[in-house]
Amino acid sequence: MEDAPMEYGESNKEIEVAPALIAVHPNQESVAVAVGSDLRVFDLQGDCAVSLVDDSSGGSLHKDSIRAIRYGANGKLFVSAGDDKLVKIWSTESWRCISTVCSEKRVSAVAITNDGLYVCFADKFGVVWVVDVDGSDGQAIVNKKAAPMLSHYCSIITSLEFSPEGQFIVSADRDFKIRVTAFPNKPLDGAHEIQSYCLGHTEFVSCLAFACNVEYPQGFLVSGSGDSTVRLWEISSGTLLDTCEVGGKAGLLESNGREEECCSAITDLCTNSDGTLVAVAVQSLQGIILLSCNLSARTLSLAKVVSIGGETFIPTRLVASRSTGLLWMITGVSNLRGYEYTSLARVRVIFGFNKSNHDFIQNERLVLEDDKVPGGSNLLEKLQGSVSFDEKVFVAAAEAVKTAMGNFITVCDTMAERRVRNADRGRIRDHNADCS
Amino acid sequence: MLANEANPTISKSTGLPRKRFYRARAHSNPLSDSHFPIPIAPLHVDYSLHYPQVFAASDEVQVSKKVQFADIGCGFGGLLISLSTLFPETLMIGMELRDKVTEYVKERISGLRVANPGQYQNISVVRTNSMKYIPNYFEKGQLSKMFFLFPDPHFKEKNHRRRVISPHLLDEYAYAIGVGGIIYTITDVEELGDWMKACLESHPMFEALTFEELESDPVVNLLSSATEEGQKVARNGGQTFQAVYRRVQPS
Repeated sequence: MEDAPMEYGESNKEIEVAPALIAVHPNQESVAVAVGSDLRVFDLQGDCAVSLVDDSSGGSLHKDSIRAIRYGANGKLFVSAGDDKLVKIWSTESWRCISTVCSEKRVSAVAITNDGLYVCFADKFGVVWVVDVDGSDGQAIVNKKAAPMLSHYCSIITSLEFSPEGQFIVSADRDFKIRVTAFPNKPLDGAHEIQSYCLGHTEFVSCLAFACNVEYPQGFLVSGSGDSTVRLWEISSGTLLDTCEVGGKAGLLESNGREEECCSAITDLCTNSDGTLVAVAVQSLQGIILLSCNLSARTLSLAKVVSIGGETFIPTRLVASRSTGLLWMITGVSNLRGYEYTSLARVRVIFGFNKSNHDFIQNERLVLEDDKVPGGSNLLEKLQGSVSFDEKVFVAAAEAVKTAMGNFITVCDTMAERRVRNADRGRIRDHNADCS
Repeated sequence: MLANEANPTISKSTGLPRKRFYRARAHSNPLSDSHFPIPIAPLHVDYSLHYPQVFAASDEVQVSKKVQFADIGCGFGGLLISLSTLFPETLMIGMELRDKVTEYVKERISGLRVANPGQYQNISVVRTNSMKYIPNYFEKGQLSKMFFLFPDPHFKEKNHRRRVISPHLLDEYAYAIGVGGIIYTITDVEELGDWMKACLESHPMFEALTFEELESDPVVNLLSSATEEGQKVARNGGQTFQAVYRRVQPS
């Protein structure tokens, strides 16, 4: 049992497992899901599945696992990228691919400037590239070349985020680092001015989000890590404001009482519209953890563990629609072997994520039934590929996701790094063994 | 320290380590993750272990003292030792990736401290990969001088990204050096000299020192004379190529 998922991972280097991703349009006009190389979009305004149009590719849009999807803050652009080294920029109006940018290396994270003028993507060698998409306005733009903008020296960048007011680009890596860089007026010439480093995590940093509101428009950074903590930072100085040990709490509160699972990596997190709540997904937790974020006191504290009944639902990604207060969650993986499904994606929704803190936390029934999810069974059928699943698939998927995460942060492309990867795998295997 | 009289790696006459017991390969792969402790943040580095006499002083000013000079890839420590007496009030640290060489410098410094009481208390060495962990050691703007003397040339184009001076790494050095601080580079490989100069020249946060400034800076002469590598080049009658730039506020 302990070693099985690792061996599975190692014997299948060519077919790597990728966790399912989800993104929601800022006004919840559409929802996008990526499972493996498959990109699925559902139009909630038109209540119909979207067919993506990409004139540059014959047949499949992405040829390998998609690792990052994201809508721009103004909702006009959507970006998808991943292991096929292609960054596809879509117009959300026409759902036409307006540009395909080639990356030298596999892409691990993407971000779009708040004004929608530039797309940034990070590759697995730690370089963040920038593409100018100004003037595209939904029209196809050809021959866009990316310029290198900044670099985490030979580390894998796990997350990219723009600060709420757009002055900074924040990049997190597997070497425990978070770098805050001033986003320049001419990003194509490089972003040279490092504002700060947020240092404190003791394992890879997996996810970033900003908590902000009217009082604190510049916001505070929230980060999750393999060290099973969520941390709150002030980015202009890189000051660590608070640390919340989430893994321990998740382990203790878990219904099966297996305390040894207490050291679980944070897989994703997202904040609500007024910066009062942080939803956290943890590697082996069925459900999510809600943290209260007090921006004026600069504290993070555990508010509630929301369990999701009915099935083994361990979310791989979380995303909030700020306008509707819905928290969209997905679990799933690609390339699941030994089951009739080649991939699994299951979408669940929690409502009231924008409510004033207290009401929301008191509410017992937060998870929407499938028929109450916006778009209903049409949406689920499109995004999940199926409406119902066998319980066993979820368990297998959960194991595969664990493996995938370990692989994702350790895959690099030099001999030296390959040796490290093997060493790291040993560590992750030990870690997994501890956890099972 | 002096107790190990039988220790052949330490010279009996000088109390200093003998280099032939600390030979190491000239190059090290900066891309591989070696296993050495990495401080989580600059705050976590215990400098009282590096500069015990300086930090033993109860006086607050001394205790809050920060490292100001960093010699990146310090090798056998020749430059640090020359700088130590030239700037006795300044804390400086050498960073070296090769384990054996780091050990040699450690022994050399402790030998010098014993032989010259009160001196060489301001220099120390740490084994780390400075291409990855500069921000773990230094706060923003903490350094006033950074040295890159005779770095590995990495001739092949595909290995240029391993060079210790590169456009992206300069961003990190510009973070660690305060405005007005100086970055010193020297090499005996013309191609690398051109490369380092070009990287610094096109970086918006560095500007070249004028000829007069170079002339009046006592450190510039040490670049080629103080280090083992520099002396070797001089012995062989080789040429050196230096680039010395000041950290400026970007316009």
